[in-house]
Amino acid sequence: MVLQSLINGITIGGIYALIALGFVLIYKASKVLNFAQGELVMMGGFMCLALSGFLPIWMAVVLAVIISAFIGFLIEKVVLKPLIGEPILSVIMVTLGIAYMLRGLVLAVWGPDIRAFPQIFPEGAFEVNGVVIPYVYLGGLLLSLMAIIAFILFFTRTTIGVAMRAVADDQQAAMSLGISVEKIFAISWAISAVVAAIGGILVGNIYGGINVNFAFIGLKVFAVVILGGLDSVLGAIVGGIIIGVAESVGGTYLEPFVGGGFKDVFPLLLMLLIMAIKPYGLFGTERIERV
Amino acid sequence: MLHTEELNAGYKELHILFDVDTDVEKNKITTVVGPNGSGKSTLLKSIFGLTTVYSGRIIFRGEDITNLQPHNRTKKGIAYLPQIENVFGHLTVEENLKIAGYTLEKEGVKDRIDLALDVFPELTKYLKKRAGALSGGERQFLAIATALVRRAELLMLDEPTAQLSPKMAEVIFKKIVELRDRLKLTILLVEQNVTGALEISDNAYLLASGRVVFGGKAEELLKHDKFEEFCVGVGVEQV
Repeated sequence: MVLQSLINGITIGGIYALIALGFVLIYKASKVLNFAQGELVMMGGFMCLALSGFLPIWMAVVLAVIISAFIGFLIEKVVLKPLIGEPILSVIMVTLGIAYMLRGLVLAVWGPDIRAFPQIFPEGAFEVNGVVIPYVYLGGLLLSLMAIIAFILFFTRTTIGVAMRAVADDQQAAMSLGISVEKIFAISWAISAVVAAIGGILVGNIYGGINVNFAFIGLKVFAVVILGGLDSVLGAIVGGIIIGVAESVGGTYLEPFVGGGFKDVFPLLLMLLIMAIKPYGLFGTERIERV
Repeated sequence: MLHTEELNAGYKELHILFDVDTDVEKNKITTVVGPNGSGKSTLLKSIFGLTTVYSGRIIFRGEDITNLQPHNRTKKGIAYLPQIENVFGHLTVEENLKIAGYTLEKEGVKDRIDLALDVFPELTKYLKKRAGALSGGERQFLAIATALVRRAELLMLDEPTAQLSPKMAEVIFKKIVELRDRLKLTILLVEQNVTGALEISDNAYLLASGRVVFGGKAEELLKHDKFEEFCVGVGVEQV
């Protein structure tokens, strides 16, 4: 039972970690908190849902991810680029605006009802020593793991990935090397939307259905990045797993005592606790401001 | 190779450099010395385009670059290495070298990195180490090496030996001479370690309160009978 709960938690946590990486990426590159990350997750899910109506499911998944990349790119180019040089707070408020626009769009097109999500992985489960792992969890875990590895390889092995880290490190110095910071911002939004869409599709599969409230995943991912440290890739991964496991274990073991719905509150309580001890998160950069 | 003509520059309303005329000769080491606050670093920053120029011109290889953006000056072959934060601390040594060649052709970059490591073989064993974890001297090596990767021809170094041990400072000075003799680079140096810097320099400028009070051969400045007083900022106005 404990093992079962742990495995479920790690799977969900792995997906949270993936979505959180997108959030961290934008924050590292531009110091912008993207409040629309949950809505990008929701959009990814709905796009896959819509495309699966007339395409084989795997093609729908791939296409939804590609369109998401384009949407992320577009958000940066059209909405955020004119704001370069404006106070960061304005940009953050604009991401809130984007979040509400995307929600409105989904409500207008699909309405508020829960829609059944198409199956990507086969039904059924396999059993090892009494632990039952549904294929949908196993597939979700493997895919999110692969995506996280791809993400890390991209940042350590490709020139553009290293350039993105250079921008995160010192924007001025990176510019002096001839790196276009604008291009880097656009790419980070595109990648962020891609990981959000993959996350949305995987969680949609596990839940079996989605509606506009799906965007509340953004809140959980927010807990993940605050827990792990806003600017830490490792923090996003560890934080994701912790929040996922806390949610799963809290749901299984604590809900009988404190009442239903506690599984959604428990990870946030945990986050508050860790914040009290480590205000910059587990792996975040501690900033000391001298005045 | 580079000269400034009656350069007046500063930071917004804060006027720091007054009518500064300098001539940085090709394949020579030129050192700028002067007391604290005399505008040495501002001169380097102005040449790289990080200050406000009120009047005067900066000419690089016969071309007026006064109004060029810093990254375009980089492309022309000018490298400016500030005193601190001259490498990406979160990136490894290897990544720092690679990213320095961002605007170059991929094939060329490898050769340039090999050349840079040939000049600074000390870095070879730290390729996978985070630049932020290097010692002060090694960071300077890396900073200069990145400039070599991006084919800089004019290297502007702002106090490369600050906060280093005397032994390490000596090594850095030797490397600077090697850059001039072996790679035929032109070097513009700002130094607090006045004697050490002048001993390896061909030409020198002495700045005081933002004005050039001496310009000529480095050895002349070294042998000047009031040299020691200049170094601490006494009597520099009377040179």
